[in-house]
Amino acid sequence: MILYALRRLAVAVVILLVICGATFAIFYLMPADPAQGACGKACSPERIAQIRTTLGLNHPVLIQFRDYLAGIVAGRSYGTGAQAVTCPIPCLGFSFQTNEPVWGLLTERLPVSVSIAVGAAALWLAVGVTAGVVSALRRGSVWDRAAMVAALGGVSLPVYFTALVLQYLLVVKAGVLPYPQAVALTDDPVGWAESMLMPWITLAMLYAGIYARITRGEMLESLGQNFVRTARAKGLPERTVLRRHALRPALMPIVTIFGMDLGALLGGALITESAFGLPGVGKLAADAINSADQPVILGVTLFAAGFVVLANVAVDLVYAALDPRVRAVG
Amino acid sequence: MSLLTVRDLSVEFPSGVRAVDGLDLELDAGRVLGVVGESGSGKSVTSLAVMGLLPPDTRTSGDIRFQGRQLTGAGPRALRALRGDRMAMIFQDPLSCLNPYYTVGFQIAEAYRAHRRAGRRAARDIAVRMLDRVGIPEPERRARAYPHEFSGGMRQRVLIAMALCLEPDLLIADEPTTALDVTVQAQILDLLRELRERSGTAIMLITHDMGVVAGLADDVVVMHGGRAVEHGAVRDVFYQPRAAYTRGLLACVPRVDGPLPERLPTLRTPAAGEPPEVTS
Repeated sequence: MILYALRRLAVAVVILLVICGATFAIFYLMPADPAQGACGKACSPERIAQIRTTLGLNHPVLIQFRDYLAGIVAGRSYGTGAQAVTCPIPCLGFSFQTNEPVWGLLTERLPVSVSIAVGAAALWLAVGVTAGVVSALRRGSVWDRAAMVAALGGVSLPVYFTALVLQYLLVVKAGVLPYPQAVALTDDPVGWAESMLMPWITLAMLYAGIYARITRGEMLESLGQNFVRTARAKGLPERTVLRRHALRPALMPIVTIFGMDLGALLGGALITESAFGLPGVGKLAADAINSADQPVILGVTLFAAGFVVLANVAVDLVYAALDPRVRAVG
Repeated sequence: MSLLTVRDLSVEFPSGVRAVDGLDLELDAGRVLGVVGESGSGKSVTSLAVMGLLPPDTRTSGDIRFQGRQLTGAGPRALRALRGDRMAMIFQDPLSCLNPYYTVGFQIAEAYRAHRRAGRRAARDIAVRMLDRVGIPEPERRARAYPHEFSGGMRQRVLIAMALCLEPDLLIADEPTTALDVTVQAQILDLLRELRERSGTAIMLITHDMGVVAGLADDVVVMHGGRAVEHGAVRDVFYQPRAAYTRGLLACVPRVDGPLPERLPTLRTPAAGEPPEVTS
């Protein structure tokens, strides 16, 4: 089991390296000149040349890549002598717009993204799985049909639409919720929940539909399994049959997609955060793209990819813990 | 007194298919009844009807009496209390009948705890004892193993252990050897014979394999088209079959000692209710 975990982690590191390379290549191929971007408007050619040297853009691309990687694990400094700027570990460079270290920008905005992602995930998991199980148990009933139509609706509604409708109804019309703001959970739990509620609902509507449909399908499949019949033949109470022998196997695929979805969201829910004006990692990415803030774009991409890769490792480990057959192979 | 009496049992599925159509059969305590017939003759549906395991939307009529108690029309609670305790069932394809996520020890203990007050420890000890009884070596260690770590024959032994852990009065074995290879089949049949001699459990043995019936059963019911076409002691039915269908079925069993025919005889599937023709 430990060996299995270590192997998975090693693979994850390799994947991250590849992602790093790919992102860096895209960054390098962008038409915008980083030196121009860093300098801003009305810049003299001498100043641009100077920045080029400071950022190391005069080196070959592979050297630049090496320096970038080295910066992440060991930190680096830009420029020389009195003008040298040190960038602490893990160094992802400085924003062209604000000159702040990219890592600082990311960590500062992470709590908002985590709040949105974890809250929404809890909501959609509870709603989606419950609806799916009930639908499967009452297959063909009015409830089943209504739930599946609602699920389709939830999946089809675009996030920006739901977000605006919710804000209009709950904030502008009814006035029951404030406009969402970045409130720290530790400062003001109620304000935090009030701010996060609409993003949670918005995202949960999207995902709960998918989860309900998957759960329903998996549950129907596992209800038809022979071991469910065996469980009934043993005289187990129906609740135990359903929970232990039908639901448990049905949840295995849910674990996989849940890990992936949560991982992807932790790296920033770009549209949701933008639609509610919440300063999370996704909003940071959107702003950076709008202003061609290349170090930030690169940093956010890597950061988000890191979450997805980590989530994958976590899913593999959870899977091994849950399924004895995977353990045996691993 | 008979342990199980089935009178005029009919089972109809929502699709309109009548799987069992006026079946009568009887099984005395401690006896082995073979139920033979082709696929679709209603053998398995009969056994599921006895266990009360048919889907809720099937229409069942007739009488099923078990130990004097009426099972048709009995509530789900009453049936659940009997299932696994007084009557148990094993199926074909033992791998798919075991839940891959739990150890076999847990799954046996679970059957025990469904009907008896017992702590996890005590139930686990019973599971180990049962594994030992059905001939699984190192039962203590194997109880902690998962179904995929067992061979086909061993899995069927596990299912038998599970079915017998509460010493039921009736064991329904639905094609218990069909998914197994021939040598393992023989071992499982030996085990069933031995368990029956030791515990006196009556067995309703459902199979399409005449050889299995000959080796284990006292009586036999030949089913065709949802009804019993012949019912009697194995010896009588095998040597003096009265029904044309039984003769046809017996003619299809290849013989080791007879002359080798050009083609093996087969049953041509007749329309419902018609006697089958034997072609060769």
